[in-house]
Order: sequence, then structure tokens, then C-alpha cells
Amino acid sequence: MSVSFPEKDRKLVEEMIRHYPHKKSAIGDVLYLAQKHFGYITPEVELYVASLLDLPASYVHQVVTFYSMYLKKPVGKYLIMLCDNVSCLLCGAEDLLGRIKEKLGIEVGETTQEGKFTLWTVECLGACEQAPVMMINDKLYGNLTPDKLDRLLDSLE
Amino acid sequence: MPQVKLISRFFEIENSHRLRVYEENGGYSAARKVVTENWEPDKIINTVKASNLRGLGGAGFPAGVKWGFVPKDHEGPKYLVVNADESEPGTFKDRHVMINAPHLLLEGVIIAALSIAAKDVYIYIRGEYWEAYHVLERAIKEAEKAGYLGKNIFGSGHSIKVHIHRGAGAYICGEETALLSSLEGFKGWPKLKPPFPAVKGLFSMPTIINNVETLSYVPIVIEKGPEYFAGLGVERSGGARLFGVSGHVNRPGVYELPLGTPMRELIHEHAGGIREGRSLKAVIPGGTSCPVLTAEEAEKVNLDFDSLAEIDSMLGSAGVIVMDETTDMVKVLCRICKFYSFESCGQCTPCREGTGWMARIMERIVSGNGHYQDLDDLLDIASMIGGNTICPLGDAAALPVTSFIKKFRDEFEAKASAGSITAASSRLSAEEL
Repeated sequence: MSVSFPEKDRKLVEEMIRHYPHKKSAIGDVLYLAQKHFGYITPEVELYVASLLDLPASYVHQVVTFYSMYLKKPVGKYLIMLCDNVSCLLCGAEDLLGRIKEKLGIEVGETTQEGKFTLWTVECLGACEQAPVMMINDKLYGNLTPDKLDRLLDSLE
Repeated sequence: MPQVKLISRFFEIENSHRLRVYEENGGYSAARKVVTENWEPDKIINTVKASNLRGLGGAGFPAGVKWGFVPKDHEGPKYLVVNADESEPGTFKDRHVMINAPHLLLEGVIIAALSIAAKDVYIYIRGEYWEAYHVLERAIKEAEKAGYLGKNIFGSGHSIKVHIHRGAGAYICGEETALLSSLEGFKGWPKLKPPFPAVKGLFSMPTIINNVETLSYVPIVIEKGPEYFAGLGVERSGGARLFGVSGHVNRPGVYELPLGTPMRELIHEHAGGIREGRSLKAVIPGGTSCPVLTAEEAEKVNLDFDSLAEIDSMLGSAGVIVMDETTDMVKVLCRICKFYSFESCGQCTPCREGTGWMARIMERIVSGNGHYQDLDDLLDIASMIGGNTICPLGDAAALPVTSFIKKFRDEFEAKASAGSITAASSRLSAEEL
């Protein structure tokens, strides 16, 4: 994979930069775009993003490693992010975590062999009224029970 | 006290996120009034001051007073920043506002921006809030098309451009100076105050940062008058706010109540009481940073800034986490400690190291390998973090530790001593061998 954006994405980068008086404020959006395009942020991607924003690669690396939503290694097609912070813990997140681990045969931080699922536990997702909750990629699922979870995971192709 | 339906009335109206529906329900009349009647910035600021509206993100600073700090003679840009980085565990009210009433927020943004003469507004929204992001993005487009945002708003000659900036998963960016660092394209490191953002903030320019809920009350204050809003609450805690109740209650959700409402009413009436007929054990009143309350304290306290301060806690973000008699307080504190350890930005040594130590000691206690000494060590570490860091994350990490151990000491001692006995007996058996 060659590390550069196609023409239309380079135009998008220009649009992102236009929102700010300084180019480097667009780094967050450019990294999201890079992640969408390349799957995750490798050192080569960091270098490329650095070149687009006239920043040192070390600066980009600091930003990438500071925030949890920039992926530093590949994840499965479905990234399961289960909240186990206080409200979800009180409402059964531990049982859900046990069920996912058992069902998929992976531990937190791991990906199933065929590359379909990655399991993370995450901090509060701001949907505590529906606890326990999780996100799969960019979609939120609430009021989970072990059975509901089973059906949900089975329904994903 | 019954619920008031100021912001939350939009939670019940179908398609309230659409401009047409919002306007059918009286939307944008406050902004139109301020613009077409050509209100001076001071008039806006004084109105908001008179309403006693306080910052509802957690700190509780009076909103109008904050706006008044922006230097009027400043040449060059000024900014309004909306803090939509809701991530205090137990807090979810802003998500409801953005999804159900994005135009109410935008209307508040217009009025606040006019009060400080800001032409560019950044909404910093947490990265995980995909739905709210899409709803807001569409609302901004609708408002621009209608001529309420963008150039020449309401035909007045004023221009306000609203930009959305997505965060990327860092709790610390909810702290206003860290949020500014992040918006400037850096990692979210807090900065020392002073200078305060109102004087030197985003891109070194005067900047006001307000929470989503705070700004969403502004059109209501203008529309209904500051006296009405102030009159809803109690002295020094004006108005109403959105309480997010979660945990062991029958009806978790967002309830809008006048400040000063008894907490027992929120829990037992509005939120439907403790689930499965169990009894109350403890309550975290405003997100995990706030010192925990015993059942007895929770049953007595009123929900306003001063009443909670009197019992050494805080109203914080009004994210109320309710725990019933089955709750393992040791486990809950352990999870809270792990959270702050993970989210410490690493800039100040007491917080970076201390939160890690506390989390590791708590994990040891939970796993049954604790020692009597651990509890005193935890209190000692907490006392060395609190007040010794650039931003309040250090205090936020220390306060739960001291309050949980102080108020539930027996439970912590029982769990920690179990480890001591195991450790002692394993030493004994090793000696016997």
C-alpha cells in the first residue's frame, strides 16, 4: 500500500484546514481520514500526515499516541468497545464481558483469528441511562443482556 | 418538586432536532429578539448574570460573569468554544441535548457569541458521540441555510461561523485548557491559569468556553426573563438543570429539576426508586470525581451547589450514580481509580504516578492480596495529589479515594485484611516448611 491520499481526499484535507487559522489544528480530522483510508496509523502514515501539515513526524506521533481513538495496530472488521465503568459495572458489564470472551474465544485487546472481531473495554461512553452499553464501530448499543448480546453478535456478517 | 420542562420539553417532541419543528415550538425567537432589537453585549451579559445561570459542565462558575471577563478593547479575533466533550463517568445529559435539541444549543451559541463579539465558534465534541455529531452537523447546515448562522445573521450584518471539532478519546480534553490545547492540534495537555482563557485562550486570543447545557439555557433565560430563571432555584443556585440518573434505579434517565430539589425526590420519585425493592447504600452525586454520599446523606441533601458543598461533596456534572445495598464499594472505587490512572495526561508527577499507584493498590485489594497498611497508603497518596497539579484531574482522582475509604472504612478493612491474613498465613506455612 502506498501511503498517500487520492486526489479527492487531498481536497478534503484542504477543506479541513480551512476551519482553522493554523494548519496543525486539522491534525485530528486528517488522522481520522488517514485511519479510514489506511485502516490504522503506521509510522509511515504518521510521516505522510506530517508532510501534509508541515509538522515534524515526532509531533504527529505524540498526538497519535495520546488519544485512544487512533488505532496503532489493525483491528477486526467489528471493533467491540464494551464500557465497564461504574454505571455499566453496576448493571452487569462483567457478565457481558465474560460472555463475549467465552463466545469469541479472545481476551480484551485481542482479535479473533479470522479477523472479524476485536474486543476492547473502554471508559464511560456517556449513555449510562442505557447501561450496560457498548459500541461496535460507530454504533451504540444499550440495555444489553447476555442474550441480547448473543443475538447481536450472531447477526453481524 | 415537579420536573420543569425547559430544555427537556424538546426530548418529548418528535423530530425536535429539525429546524422546522424547533421553530414551530418557539425556536430562534430569543436569538431573533437579541439581534433585531440590537442588544448591546452588556445587556446580554447582565441578563445572564441576573439569571444566576452557572456553568453546568461541573465547575459551576456563573456564566454571565465569565463572559464579562473578555476584554472589550481587544483587537483581533475572539472565540467561543462549546465544550461538548462530555466524558465524566455517569454523565450523559449533553448527549440528550445535542441529539434532541441541537438548535437550542445553536441559538444559545448565537447569543453568547454576540455577547463577546466572537465570529468563529468551535464545538468540541467527544469522538465517540457519532450520532450527536451527525445531528449537529445537519442542524448547522439548516441554520446556515435559514440565515441564522453564517454571514449576515438575521440580516443584521453580524457573522457567526460554527465549526465542529471532533475529539479522539481523551477524558482530559473536557478540562477547558486541555480542550484548547487539543483544538490547537496538540495532545490534550492542560495549561496553567492565569492567564485565563477569557484573556488568552484559543490561538492565544480571548476565548469563552461553555458547556452544552449551559449555553442551551441561554435562549430560555432571554425568552422567559432572568427573574423567572433565577426564581426557579435557590439563592446563589439559579434555575434548573438536567440530572442524569444511572445505576440501581428503576427508571434511569435525564430529569430536569429546579436546583434545590431534594435528592430523595430525584431517586425515589422521578427515577422510580431503587430496583428490586432493595435499599439505598450510596450515591455519587455528580460524576465520579465527586465525593461519594452515604445513603443517610443522600436522603437528606438538596440538589444545589451550596448544599452539596456543605457536606464536602459537589454537584459536579449532575450525573447521579445510585448504588443499592448489594454494591461492592471496594470494586467500585477500584474501577474509578483505574479510570483516572488511564486518563491522567501524564504532565504532572503527583497525578501521573499517584493515580497509577492508587489503581495498583486497589487492584491488589480487590484480588484479595491487600494489607491493612494499604488503606493508609491510599489516603496518603491521595493527599499528595490533591491541590498539587496543574488541572483538577488530580483532585478528581483523589476525592473519591478519600471519601470512599472514610465513609465505608469497615468494608475496605474487611477486604484488605482478608489479604493480610492470607499473606500472613502463607508466610507462616513457608516458615513451617
